[in-house]
This record gives sequence, C-alpha cells and structure tokens, in this order.
Amino acid sequence: MKNKKQPIELNKIIIFIVLLILSIPIILGYLWLIISTFAEVTHGLLPVDRNGNFGGFTLENWNFIFEKEVWLATWNTLLLALFMTVGVVAVSSLAGYALSRIKFNGRKEFLSLTLVLHAFPSITLLIAIYFVLKFFSGIPVLKLFMGYNTIGGVVLVSLAMQLPLGIWLMKGFFDGVSWDVERAALIDGCSRFRTFWNIMFPLVRPGIAALSIFSFMTGWSSFIIPYTFLSGGAGHEVISTYLNSMMSSDTISINYNLLAAVGLFQLIPILIFYFFNQNYLMKIFSGGTHGGV
Amino acid sequence: MRKHKKSNVAYYFLLPAGILIFLFFFLPVILTILISFTDMSSVTGFSNWSIVGLNNYFKIFVHPDSLHIFGQTMIYVSCTLIFFNVGMGLLIALLAYHLPKRVGGFFRSLWLLPRITPAVVYVLMWKMLAADAPYGVLNELFRVPFGLPTTNLLPEHAMLFCILVNGYIGASFGMIIFSSAIESISSDIMTSSLVDGAGIFDRARYIIIPQLRWPLLFVTTYQTLSLLTSFESIMVLTDGNFGTEVWSLWSYHKALNNYYGNFQYGFGSALSGLLVVVGIVFAIIYLKYFKFGELVKEPLIDEI
Repeated sequence: MKNKKQPIELNKIIIFIVLLILSIPIILGYLWLIISTFAEVTHGLLPVDRNGNFGGFTLENWNFIFEKEVWLATWNTLLLALFMTVGVVAVSSLAGYALSRIKFNGRKEFLSLTLVLHAFPSITLLIAIYFVLKFFSGIPVLKLFMGYNTIGGVVLVSLAMQLPLGIWLMKGFFDGVSWDVERAALIDGCSRFRTFWNIMFPLVRPGIAALSIFSFMTGWSSFIIPYTFLSGGAGHEVISTYLNSMMSSDTISINYNLLAAVGLFQLIPILIFYFFNQNYLMKIFSGGTHGGV
Repeated sequence: MRKHKKSNVAYYFLLPAGILIFLFFFLPVILTILISFTDMSSVTGFSNWSIVGLNNYFKIFVHPDSLHIFGQTMIYVSCTLIFFNVGMGLLIALLAYHLPKRVGGFFRSLWLLPRITPAVVYVLMWKMLAADAPYGVLNELFRVPFGLPTTNLLPEHAMLFCILVNGYIGASFGMIIFSSAIESISSDIMTSSLVDGAGIFDRARYIIIPQLRWPLLFVTTYQTLSLLTSFESIMVLTDGNFGTEVWSLWSYHKALNNYYGNFQYGFGSALSGLLVVVGIVFAIIYLKYFKFGELVKEPLIDEI
C-alpha cells in the first residue's frame, strides 16, 4: 500500500515537469513581450540599456501612445470590433430564434446549411469577396460605407464569416429556454417579434454575453480580412495591420521593443476579456471556430 | 389563418442572415468558380477578359511550382496535424487530466493563449524566439551559454517554424475536445482500472484512448480542412519565403497580393476553387457522419 501511493505522487511531479517543458515556447514568447515592453533593448530575455549593461528599464517604448496614427488605427479597430459584435449578435439571435422556435418550410435546409457553412473554410473565398466589395464600390452611396477599402465593408465581411457559429450558438441558447413563458405571451396575443424582443431576448442574456465577447475579441484581433480589404495608409489601418507594416518594413531599422509595446497594447484588452471569461470561451472554441487553425 | 401567418414571420427573422450568407458565401462560391474559367487579371482589367474554359486548371497542372507547393502543403498539413493538432492536443489533455484540477486548468488556459492572441502579435513573439543573438530568445538561452554559433533560426528552419507556430495554436482545439471527452468517461471505469493494477500509462493506452475514437476522428477531419486552407500566420511569419509557400497562400499571392502588382484573378481563383471543392466535400462528410442530422430535428412545441 505504502509503495503504491508514492509513485503516484512522483508521477504527478513528472507530469507537471513534462507539461512545463512542452509549454516553454508559449511562456518564453509572453515573457519576451512583457519584458521588452519596458526595456530599452532586450538580449534574449534580459533587459539591457543601449550599452548592453543589465537594466535600461524605460517607458519610452510607450511614446507611440502620443501618435495620431496609432489612435486612428485603434479607433478603426474599435469600430470594426463593436459594429461586428452588434451585427453578429443581432443577426444571429434573430435567425437563431426562428430556427429554434418557429416551424417553417426550409427550416431543416437552413439549419443544415448553417452547419455546412460552419465547417466550410470561408477563407478560401477571399478572392471572390474582393469582387463583391469592388461591386459595392461601384454603387454611388453604398460605396461610402460598405465598399472596398471602407471599415464598413470589412465589418460586413467579418460579420458574415461569424454567422454560422453565431446562429448555431444562439439557436442552442434559445433551445434551452423553457417554452412556458413564451407560450403565455403568444396566447395573450403578443406578436412573434415582440415576444422575441421583450421576453426571449432578455432570457438568453448569457448567450448574448458569450457571443459578444467572442465576436469582440475576433474583431479586435482580426488581421487577414482588414489586411486584404483595406488599402493601408493613414485612416485605412487597424492595429493588426499597423503592427504588421511596422514589423515588415525594410526601410527603417526595426525597433523590437517598440513592436513589443504596440503588441502588448493590442493584447491587453484581449487578456482582460480572456481572464474573466475563460469558461465561456472554452465552450465556444470547442464548438469549433475555423480559420486560425 | 394564424398558422399561415406564423410560417411567414420566420422569413423576416431570417432575412438579414439570409442576405449576408448569400452575399458572402453563396455568391463568392459561384464567383470563384466562374472567375476560374476566365483569364481575368490586372492586365485584362475588369472589362477586357475572356472565357478560357478549363485553361487555368490545365495551367495549374503544368505549372513548374505546382508540384513543389503541393508537396510543401502536404508536409505542412500532415506534420502540424499529427504532431500538434491531434498529438499534442491529446497529450496535453491526458497529462492535464492527471494533475490536480487547478493545475490542470492552469495549463489548459495557458495553451489556449496562442489561439486568443492576435495573430500578428503571436507571430511577433515567434519571430523573436527565432531571431539571431543577441536579440533572439532561443539563441540567447540555449546556444550562447554553450558557446554554440548563433544564427537567425527562421530562414534555416522555416517549415519547422511554420509547423510550430500553427501547431501551438492548433493543439488547443483538440485539447479542449479531448479534455471534455476524457472527463465524461465514467469515473467507475477510471478508478476500477487503477484498483485492478493498471498504471496510468496502461490506463491511457487501453481505457482512455479507445473511448476517444469519435473525438479523434472529428478533430482530425476538422483540422485537416482548417490547415489546408488557412495561411494567415504563415503569411505574417515568412510570407511564403524559404520554401513555405503553401497552396492557399499561393492562391492569395497570385490573385490579391504580390510584389509585382500583377494580379491573376483567374488563375488564383482556380487555385482556391480546388480548395473550395475540397471544403464542400469535407463539409458534407461532416454533416453525414457526425450525426448532425440529429441536431436539425424539428422544434418540440410550436402549435399555437
């Protein structure tokens, strides 16, 4: 008996160490980012000053905060994330409600379609979507807020790509609400839309919260869609594309510590959301997001 | 009367979703196929193009780069899938399961970080891990102290880094699915096997893994498709240099983004058209084999 207990404890320590070793790249990557943000230069993980001596702690990497360009990019990122979130939640909960509660012709087909699209890699459609946005750009008023090279266009594309997940998620949440309240409202003569808006919508608040947080994080981090459909340059950048252009610029010598600061700047809201909502997010991720592998 | 009204109201609820799905899924699928039958490029512009039938597909077949890029894609997809999305995902799930709940949970959260980190920031971290001394973290920690020569590791082992970068994102998907599958195995079987004298290795081998057959199959097929089509982190990491151009990135480069400014929409669409077809086939397979049919059953009560 005695012998049996000890190896199990030892096993646990070995397992812990193996997990730690496997996690090294993640840990090192994050350490580098955080240390570099506050150092003049970083050698490996060691903060040093310009002469290579240990030390050199500074906040000067954060001076970018005073540049207008960064705030333009941040503003655009915020617009993208917010409008996309509102759009995804609105459109998905409308559709999710109908799919969960109303019987209609084509319901089964629409649901299957949602599922197929959920599995379908929408990233392969970027070339064709470019043509769709170019087409919007040719329409007089529309071109200002949903054409190529507008934040609106990027919002629409990002929104659409989230829909298969969003609809499926919201349908699940509506499925979980008891039918009694709704039936009472409908019998009293409440219209479907009022029932949805006044009664059901408040009841699926947890689902809305989960989907909002997820959409906001997706919009805030997104790179490939804004990179493809915004031309770049002043006013047409989000933080991701701004950071990417700093990273790949050949002309000026790259200041890695500045990159780290901008990176952390983009990362902080994500980490805050993640810290408080891990359980929600774990569930959504296992529901299968696509893209990003 | 009322029933009739009710069946119409559903369509209003679905209208916004329907329009968006039409504009950004349906139409693009059709457009991809149609454009792939034309010679549209920045030379022809959007008006002077002509229909060339299957010519673009024939061009892919004889293109000098096709075989090489196809090979790179296969290496990238299979290595990432086997060693990370499935292998590492399973390993982390198994190991974390054997630790106290809080410690296991900590590692699971840690492994989800790469997935939630904005792609550009995440790739920046990897670039700095790989960079040459004195900046590069790996060189400074593991080579300099031993007096080994240092170099920028990224160009030398570009494909390895592409696999690592995507693998560390991809592992978390399998990890979450496998973790919840392991948790759901009845605790009777789990404890009784240990009481019967199986070690935790034997238990993993003979009790846990056989129960994970469906999750394993699901993760494998789902992630194959993701890996085949996603190229975001490779683009930021190497932009396809050093032998890391994969099929999806090739199509993106040809049609939307290259140094020469010669965008070959037709040829690019043909390249991604092949991926679209693969995507549709995979998606239909999921629908058939992963019991999605049960998920679409009728709503229970709906008769007022």
